Amino acid sequence: MVGATYALAHKLYPYAPVADQAADVAVHHPVIIIGGGPIGVATGIDLAQKGTPALILDDHDGVGMGSRAICFAKRTLEIADRLGAGAEMVEKGVVWNVGRVFHGEGEVFDFNLLPEDGHRNPAFINLQQPYFEKFLVDALRRAEAEGKPIEIRGRNVVTGIRQDADKVTLSIDTPDGPYTLTADYVIACDGARSPTRDMMGLSFDGRVFEDNFLIADVKMTADFPTERWFWFEPPLANAPQSALLHKQPDDVWRIDFQLGWDIDREAELDPAKIRQRIDEFLPDGTAYELVWTSIYTFQCRRMERFRHGRVMFAGDAAHQVSPFGARGANSGIQDSDNLAWKLDLVLRSLAPDTLLDTYHAERAHGADENILNSTRATDFLTPKSEMSKIFRNAVLTLARDHAFARPMVNSGRLSVPCTYDGLPLNTPDALTGPARTRPGSPCPDAPLADGFLLDRLPGCFTLLALDTDPPDITEVGGIPIRTLRLHGADLTDALRDRYLGDAPHALYLIRPDQHVAARWPNADAATITTALSTATGQPCN
Amino acid sequence: MQLNTQPNIPDPDGFYDELLAAHQGLTKDQSDALNARLILILANHIGDRDILREALKAAG
Ligand SMILES: Cc1cc2nc3c(=O)[nH]c(=O)nc-3n(C[C@H](O)[C@H](O)[C@H](O)COP(=O)(O)OP(=O)(O)OC[C@H]3O[C@@H](n4cnc5c(N)ncnc54)[C@H](O)[C@@H]3O)c2cc1C
Repeated sequence: MVGATYALAHKLYPYAPVADQAADVAVHHPVIIIGGGPIGVATGIDLAQKGTPALILDDHDGVGMGSRAICFAKRTLEIADRLGAGAEMVEKGVVWNVGRVFHGEGEVFDFNLLPEDGHRNPAFINLQQPYFEKFLVDALRRAEAEGKPIEIRGRNVVTGIRQDADKVTLSIDTPDGPYTLTADYVIACDGARSPTRDMMGLSFDGRVFEDNFLIADVKMTADFPTERWFWFEPPLANAPQSALLHKQPDDVWRIDFQLGWDIDREAELDPAKIRQRIDEFLPDGTAYELVWTSIYTFQCRRMERFRHGRVMFAGDAAHQVSPFGARGANSGIQDSDNLAWKLDLVLRSLAPDTLLDTYHAERAHGADENILNSTRATDFLTPKSEMSKIFRNAVLTLARDHAFARPMVNSGRLSVPCTYDGLPLNTPDALTGPARTRPGSPCPDAPLADGFLLDRLPGCFTLLALDTDPPDITEVGGIPIRTLRLHGADLTDALRDRYLGDAPHALYLIRPDQHVAARWPNADAATITTALSTATGQPCN
Repeated sequence: MQLNTQPNIPDPDGFYDELLAAHQGLTKDQSDALNARLILILANHIGDRDILREALKAAG
């Protein structure tokens, strides 16, 4: 059977033959996205919302079963809000703030994420990846029903890719046989094993961590608090190096055991053996049901370049991290947020093709930051030498009594979006304002008199005028700019704190992906025009 | 500030005694663990990343 290498949790886009398959000449599409995982679907919705037609090809007819991402970060929820899927995610998800760290028999310390007030979305939710993907596909269907140019085709396996100066040609296999399509641009969102990468002969280098993690999702109505519990060297038979317990919706709990490198995979996956481990781990007599189990090894690696001519790589296809820190899907969604507006402008001939090079520059910068964090967490979890283990355990011992050692305990540094410091789309900072909103930063949310700031920054360029009157500009060279003027009661303390600091007033130019492009106390039309040109990769004269 | 590598501990012989006394009766593993804790405690007290980097270099 074509496609179908894994079982489905939700059948969402069953195969249906389309006219393209019967055409004599390959039908042309502006953008084809390979892969209907979370990153492909998010990118497709974003493009379609902007009016650029997007066709998604996935080799299955729905969302795979099983236990992958569970932690989704605020930035992801903010982006999902813009795509029309955020509210469902937060409603279904489990919000958590407290984590506890144990070492051996005893508790080392607990921490509270202490999420900052005045954000629409929580710092994190836990939600099974199949739900996350389903809510995105639901949003895609709603966009489609509103007439937005989006289409997803199930059981369409991309088997060949070729590019020349003016197009990309894809060979596709379906249950009714093969066909061919062409596109101006292709986005490969086909996951960590990316067949597109292989077909193009591109490498994917990095580090493999020599460790195996048994992941078990179990269903139980247990009375544990909604907290993240992490054990180093838990006092269990067969001495796993670490264990994790974390709550998901539907009374499902994620349990992880770090098994070490030399294991008998088959034996470890035997449900009887898994039950034995879980029985020992949970309080005596806890009843539970195994929902999903698997063993993973993790790696940190990325492609050298995320852009190859007319083919862009996004999500796990471009970069892979270990899950400690939940930086996989969360960073992939930021790729999609970064790429969609750029590709939309390029396809409308409103920005030069070189704007797409900045997708690589900005997102490789993000990937490097994520890989660094993820590598450090993995080094703490799996000490690579006798001495690194001695230091690791020294940190854990000291952390019980001494506050200074607690920030060194690393069971994952949770995903936060990166700032595109020093990259070419930024205009140098001209405001003596808060560091967190300097050019390149993702806009932090803030409460207004009524509602939240990010809801008022939809996917286009926006001039955010805080207690100042900017010149009237509605477009630059065909690129629309909206103006959001905030005065009086809308300038809440939190908004002032995040965007003004000691400055009495400010003008921000904000990109469609809600990153700051430029900021000033105020600016004239020429200055704003230059900043917009810079932010869209146009040569400034 | 710079890493001070000039004599700085009053009564150096007395300090050296105390350092050895802390390891008295410990196994090699226990001593290694104690040294690691001590390094972390002292490093935190110093705090200054430049000085710590100099110290790592001086020790290496
Ligand atoms: C155990 C585990 C825990 C994790 N926990 C977290 C977490 O808490 N938070 C987090 O953010 N991330 C986490 N991740 C990472 C997260 O699962 C991935 O980053 C995410 O799934 C990447 O999405 P993607 O769309 O890039 O790729 P994928 O989800 O892999 O989707 C790729 C899609 O492309 C399709 N495809 C492949 N080849 C073809 C082809 N030739 N033609 C057509 N379609 C094709 C596939 O079938 C699939 O649908 C975790 C991962 C693991 C393994």
